[in-house]
Amino acid sequence: MADILVYSDVLSNAKELAWKGKEFAGALGLGISAAALGADAAAEAAELGAYGADKVYVSTDAAFDGLPTDVVADALAQIAKEAGATYVLLGSTRRGKELAGRLAQKLGAGAVTDVSAMAVENGELVGAHFSFGGATVARETLGSPVKVFAVMPKAFEMGDAVAGAGQVVTPALTLKPLGAKLVDKRKKEGAAVNLDAAERLVCIGRGLNKKEDLPMVEELCAALAAEMGCTKSLCDFEWLPENRLVGLSGAKTKPAFYLSVGISGQVQHTVGISSSKLIATINKDEKAPIFDMADYGMVGDLYAIVPALTAALKNR
Amino acid sequence: MNIIVPVKPNPDLQMVRIKNREPVLEAVPYKLGDLDKNAMEAALQLQAALGDTKVIALTIAEANRKIKDTMKEALAMGADEAYIVSDPALVTTDQAAKAAVLAKAIDQIGGADLILFGEGSTDGYSGQVGPRVAEILGLPEIGYAKKLTVSGGAVQAERSMGDFIEVLEAPLPAVITCTSEMNEPRIPTLMNIMKAGKKPTTEWTLADLGLDAAAVAPQNTILSNLAEEQDRKKIMLEGDVAAQVEALINALIKEGVLEA
Repeated sequence: MADILVYSDVLSNAKELAWKGKEFAGALGLGISAAALGADAAAEAAELGAYGADKVYVSTDAAFDGLPTDVVADALAQIAKEAGATYVLLGSTRRGKELAGRLAQKLGAGAVTDVSAMAVENGELVGAHFSFGGATVARETLGSPVKVFAVMPKAFEMGDAVAGAGQVVTPALTLKPLGAKLVDKRKKEGAAVNLDAAERLVCIGRGLNKKEDLPMVEELCAALAAEMGCTKSLCDFEWLPENRLVGLSGAKTKPAFYLSVGISGQVQHTVGISSSKLIATINKDEKAPIFDMADYGMVGDLYAIVPALTAALKNR
Repeated sequence: MNIIVPVKPNPDLQMVRIKNREPVLEAVPYKLGDLDKNAMEAALQLQAALGDTKVIALTIAEANRKIKDTMKEALAMGADEAYIVSDPALVTTDQAAKAAVLAKAIDQIGGADLILFGEGSTDGYSGQVGPRVAEILGLPEIGYAKKLTVSGGAVQAERSMGDFIEVLEAPLPAVITCTSEMNEPRIPTLMNIMKAGKKPTTEWTLADLGLDAAAVAPQNTILSNLAEEQDRKKIMLEGDVAAQVEALINALIKEGVLEA
C-alpha cells in the first residue's frame, strides 16, 4: 500500500505529523509510516507508533550523528521508495526546510515549505503557506508522483497517545555522505526563549521611545505571566535579541492571548501572530492596521496604559 | 577562486497593496532580494580576504521583467560580472525548475568553488532552491549560515539552529545559504553604480543552456493566493485609562484568559 511518510528531527514535531498524517492517510486511503534516524531512534519509534504511525523505519547508523542534511535526505529517499510513499511530510524548522529541498530533488518531487495549514481536498493534500512576506496565503497542490510538504511546528493539533506501537522496520540503507560535517555544537548563551510555545505573549514595537523603557513592558509581562516578543525594528535597534523577534523572519506564534503594545500592524509582524486565539492591542493611532485584526483595541498612550494595566493585574 | 551568487528580482514588499484580498502587483518595483544582498556581501568580503577571486552574479527570469536593473544592483555592489538566463517560458516556474536552470547555468559558466544563496527569497521564502541546486550538482550544502570562512580548500560556516549554534565544515566546491545576521550589505557608491553598466553581462535563453519549456514546467498548482480573512471582534475599549484597563481585565476574564 502506498504511504504517507513523516519525519522530523524534533520528536514533538514528528508526533504531530504522525497524528495528523494518520487522519490524512485515512481520508486518502493510504498507510502511514514514520522514520526515526539517529542514536535515539529506537525510543522515538515507540512514541511515533503511539501517535499514529503504522510502521516506523528505524536506523541508528552513526552516519546520522549531527544530522547531516545530505545523509538524512539520502536515507529518507530510500525509505520513501521502500514505503512506496506518495507524500512525505517534514517539519518546517530550518533543518526541515533544508532537508525538504534536497530530498524533493532526490525524489523528483515538488515541495511546499512553511506550510501553516493542510487539508484533503478532492482526493489530494493541499498545503497553505504565507506568500508576499505574509500579505497573502497561497494554497498549493503538487503534481509530481511524490509530493513533499514541510509543515510548521504546531500547525496541527495533536490528540492523546494510543496504546499499540507501530511495527518497527529496519531499512537497508546505502548512505553516501557528501562531506559537510558538524565540527562544533554549543548551547546558545543566555536564557532560552521559546516564543513558539508561549501561551501568553506581549509584543512591543516602535511605539516604545527608548530601550530604557523596556522594564515597564517586562513588568507587564511578569504580571500577565506572558513571554515578551518584539517587532523587527527593535531587533534592528539592538534593544532586544533576535530570539524575541515575532513575524516573518522570527517566530510564528500561536498563543491563547496576544497583546500588542505600540505596534502598527505591518504584515511582516502580523504573520507571526495571526494564529493567536485572542488579540488585544494598545496603540495611539486609531487608524493603525493592527486594530483591524484585534478582538479588543485600546487607543491611547502606552506609557499611561501599560503601567496602569500592570498595577491593576498585580492588585487582583 | 570563483564564487557564484544566484540572485532573484523580488517585488518590493512594502509596495504590495491588497485589494479585495488580492495582492496588487502592478507598478510594484522589483529589486535585488534582501537576503541575496547578504549573500553578495559575503562573496565580496571573501574576495577581499582571499584575493584572486571572481564574484559572479547569476539570475533567471522571464524576459519582460526589469531584470537588468536588478543585476545592475548586484554589479554596483561589486560583482565582477553577471549572467542572466531570460526566457518567456520562465514566467511560471517552481523551485525545481529554477534549480534545474541555475544548475545548468552554473555548469555552463564553468562551475564555481562556492555558490552563495540567500536563505530564501523575499517574496516566496521557500528556502528550497539552494539545497536543490546542491543536490543536482552533487555538492555539500550548509544552510542558514551566519558566519563564513574559507581556508585550505574547505568552507566553515556557523549557523543558529534552535537553542544551539552549529559549526559545519565542507570541502569545496560547496553551496552555502546566508542569513541576514551574516553581515550588513554595502550600499553601492555612486561611482560603482556608474561602473556597473560597463561590467560584462552575458545573456542566455533556455535554448542556450540546452533546455526547453518542458524542462521548466512547474509541478505545483497554486489554487489561490489571497489575504487572510481575520474573524476578529474588533471591540474598542473606550474611556479614560482606568476605564480601558478595567474593561480589558473584564474582557480577559470573560474570555477565560484570566481567572474571575
